[in-house]
This record gives sequence, structure tokens and C-alpha cells, in this order.
Amino acid sequence: MNIVYMDYASSSPVDPRVIEAMLPYFSEKHGNPSSVHQIGRESFEAIEDSRRKIASLINAERPDELIFTSGATESINLAIKGLAFRRLDKGKHIVTSKIEHISTMNALKFLSTKGFKITYLPVDEFGFVDPVALNDAITRETILISISYANGEVGTIQNVGEIGKIARDQGVTFHVDAVAAIGKLSIDVRKDCIDLLSFSSNDLYGPKGVGALFIRKGTKIEPIIHGGGQERGLRSGSENLPGIVGFGKAAEIAKKEMEVETSRLTELRDKLIKGILKKTENVWLNGHPTKRLPNNANFRFKFIEGESLVLRLSDFGIASATSSACTSKTLEPSHVLLAMGIPAADAQGSLLLTMGRWTQNEDVEYVIDNVPLAVDFLRKLSPLIPQGDV
Amino acid sequence: MKMYSRKCMEHFRNPRNVGTIENPDGVGRVGNPVCGDLMEIQIKVENGILTDVKFRTFGCGAAIATSSMITELAKGKTLEEALKITRGDVADALEGLPPIKMHCSNLAADALHAAIKDYYERHGKKLEEYEERKKEGLIDGEKSTKT
Repeated sequence: MNIVYMDYASSSPVDPRVIEAMLPYFSEKHGNPSSVHQIGRESFEAIEDSRRKIASLINAERPDELIFTSGATESINLAIKGLAFRRLDKGKHIVTSKIEHISTMNALKFLSTKGFKITYLPVDEFGFVDPVALNDAITRETILISISYANGEVGTIQNVGEIGKIARDQGVTFHVDAVAAIGKLSIDVRKDCIDLLSFSSNDLYGPKGVGALFIRKGTKIEPIIHGGGQERGLRSGSENLPGIVGFGKAAEIAKKEMEVETSRLTELRDKLIKGILKKTENVWLNGHPTKRLPNNANFRFKFIEGESLVLRLSDFGIASATSSACTSKTLEPSHVLLAMGIPAADAQGSLLLTMGRWTQNEDVEYVIDNVPLAVDFLRKLSPLIPQGDV
Repeated sequence: MKMYSRKCMEHFRNPRNVGTIENPDGVGRVGNPVCGDLMEIQIKVENGILTDVKFRTFGCGAAIATSSMITELAKGKTLEEALKITRGDVADALEGLPPIKMHCSNLAADALHAAIKDYYERHGKKLEEYEERKKEGLIDGEKSTKT
């Protein structure tokens, strides 16, 4: 059976052009970039070339403002803990939102056990952080603001520029989790006053196991991994050479193709949203209709539970996800949907569809045709639905 | 995540005994949609035997499969026999459940027991059998929720 893949937010395939670029760096060009011999020099050059390409993607002023990590989770941990440990002199207060990714949430939870005070800003029904409330939350003790560029679950794109300006005016470091937005939206760390930016390679159709942290020149952080002093002493450990080469190639492709790809995906997204809302009863879109990621559609269906919907769609050859309880390890409804004021029982019935580089028009049509069948099947089993009203 | 068993998927795809019974002799409803699972079991009882068992469930794949399975396990059994069916029996009959589902979604035995309890109460009968088993911890559902 052909699989219609609608789960790009969980994992993306690596672009064949990226794989091709990586291959020589597994064997013939395997040198350690710290070595002084020829093969080491070549590795060094390859890494610096990737750094330039990635810096260009986010409009960083200098390539050496980027350091390579093992992925976005490590980047986020390094940004948050590294900054917090470095700024103990100034204070122990951090401002974030209630809808951050679990990596941010758990890094902050850890810091809260070490005496840090965390303010979790509420969001509105669409998932927007109110910049005025953010401004009001800042105190003399505040050392960091950490907000996602866009939410990976409901797709809402924050007003990062406005938040960045507040952070700059107040003299507070601004960390942005750009995992969901990278490669899909044009990110400009200079224009948006971003001091720290976390993202990973796989979200750009690069390999897994490699990520980056942008650290604006002048922003000081402590390392959390100690060793041989690679990556300006901020991330020790021999570089993941093929991974970094692939990451660079992926960034180069993303930059070149973003404009065309984003408008193509936006069109597919709008068709998908319109089709699902039209063909099913008692369904709502989670998040904002237009200020959302071009590849993201998130719905909630009344009377049914998300995991069973994902399972049923899997039988139809559709790979999807739910933001609800059962697929996560916590068994709680999505903290993002709850923060947006959606009742817990309704939040259980969510379906997350994320598209990407290989999603075609006929995939979207197939999903629009089959989601109502899966929903109908489950509603016939549901004790919540009024009798004879399926 | 860890896969559902073949048997579990088979019951999820083709759930048995779905729906409601006209004038049921007992109804059991357990779980809460807020937590992601709500099960309803309806029973028909003749001469102390479960002649019909039907279910409706809001929940994940495991919740639906266990509900379907319990209707098959209970149908044709005496009330006393049906009260002896445990959560573990349901999971075993489905060739196992993913560990994370063992507690949260394996509520079908509880729903059946609740329906039988409702039957007893409607007939003004004391639930000595049920209460006795509960005390002894033999009704698996009651026991598991405490641990």
C-alpha cells in the first residue's frame, strides 16, 4: 500500500541531494577537523562551509555565531541552561509561554528545582502570546525570554519581531525555538533581535542527530558538555562530520527553494483545511486560519479520541499524529490545546496533519476523502454521541 | 511506539457487539472523556445468564479492542462467571497490550462488572458476591486502580 505521509513534524525523509553530499564524508573524507594534516584540513573546511550556509539561512551576521549540536533538544538545553548558569549574577527569573515544546518545558522545570523562577505566559484561543503581557512580566531579575517562533502542534506563528524588540529594549536575552519554523519561514535573527536560536537538521530534510544553536556575538553562555573544547569550547566532542555536511547542504537547498515551496505548501494546507471542515460535522481547526505554518493543519473532532483516529487512518494508508494523550508518554491531553482554552475532552479528539517537500495534491485529496470515513467509523462506536445522530 | 498485537488490531478494525440494547437489564459506564477513555457496557440477563452484551466506547485503540473483547468473553456466561473475568484476562485474550495501555485503557472488565452491579441493584439484590470479591481483591479492576 502507498503511504500518504502527513507526519513531517515528527520526522522528515532526508533529501537525496543531501545524502549525495554526505556520502564522501563517511569514508574517504573522514578526517578529524582538529587534525593538522591534509585530510583533517578538508574536514575543517567542509564544516566551515556548512556553517556559512546555515548562517545565511537565518541571516546571521557571522558564521561563527553558530555552533553544532546533536539536535534541537541539545540546542535548547544549551541555550536555556547555558545562559541561566552564566547570568547568575543578574538574576534567576525566566519568562516563557505555556505552549512551549517539552524540551523547553523540561529544561525550565529542571532550573526551577535549582532556585530559578519561571513565568509561564498564557496564550489566547489561537495560541498567541500577548507582547504587552510579556513586557509586564519582565523584572530586574529577568535573564531570559524563551518563546517558539512557531508552535509545532497548532502551527501558530508568534509575533517574534515584536517580542524581540521588547527583549532588546529591556536588556533581556531572547531565545527562540525555531524547530517548527526553520526552512518554512524566512527567519532573520538580526531583524527580529534574536540572541539565541535553536533548530535541527532533520526539519530541513537533513540527517537526524545534528542541530545548531545560533549565539549572537556578545551573548555569553556556559557549556553544558565539557571535553576537548570543540565549537569554541561551547560544545565539546568530535564533530559529526557527515551530519554537519548534510545539514549545510539541506540549509542551502531550503534557502534556495523556500519561497516557491512555502507558497506551494500554503495552497495545499488551505485546500486540506477547507476540505476537512466542509466534509465533516462537529470539527474545528486548532490554531489560527492564516497566521500558521504553511505545512500544518490541526483539527479537533467532537465525540472521538485522537489515537484511535490515527490508528484508523493508518489502515487507510495515511500516516498522521495526534496531539492528544495516548501517543505521548504523559497520557495527558495536549498542554498546548489546554492552554488555548479548549476543554480537555475535546482536546482528546485532535488530529495533526503536517505536510512537506514530497506532499502532492492527490495526497491532500486522498486525506480529505478518507478522514470523514475514519471519523464516522469511530463516532458509531462513541457513547458520547446522541443516539441516532451520527 | 510499541505495536498493538494482531488480535488487538483485528478487534479494533472489526469491533464485535457494538451499540445499545433495548431495555437493558444493566448498564455500566466507567472512565471519563477528560482522561481520554469512556466505556459503556449494556447487558441482557435471562435466568442468571448474560444473553446479550453490547458496548460503546470513546477512547484509544486499546480501549475499543478491550471493549469488543469483553463482550465476546462475557456473552453466554453466568453472572458469577462474568464477575470473575479480570483486566488481565481481557489483555491475555487480546494477546497482550502495550504496557502503557495496561492501566489507562484496560477498563472493559470494570465496565462489565459495573453493568452486573447495576443489574443486581435494579433487582434489589445484595451484591454479596461482588463485594466479597472486591474485598478479596479478586476483581482485578478494583485492585489495579489502587496500585
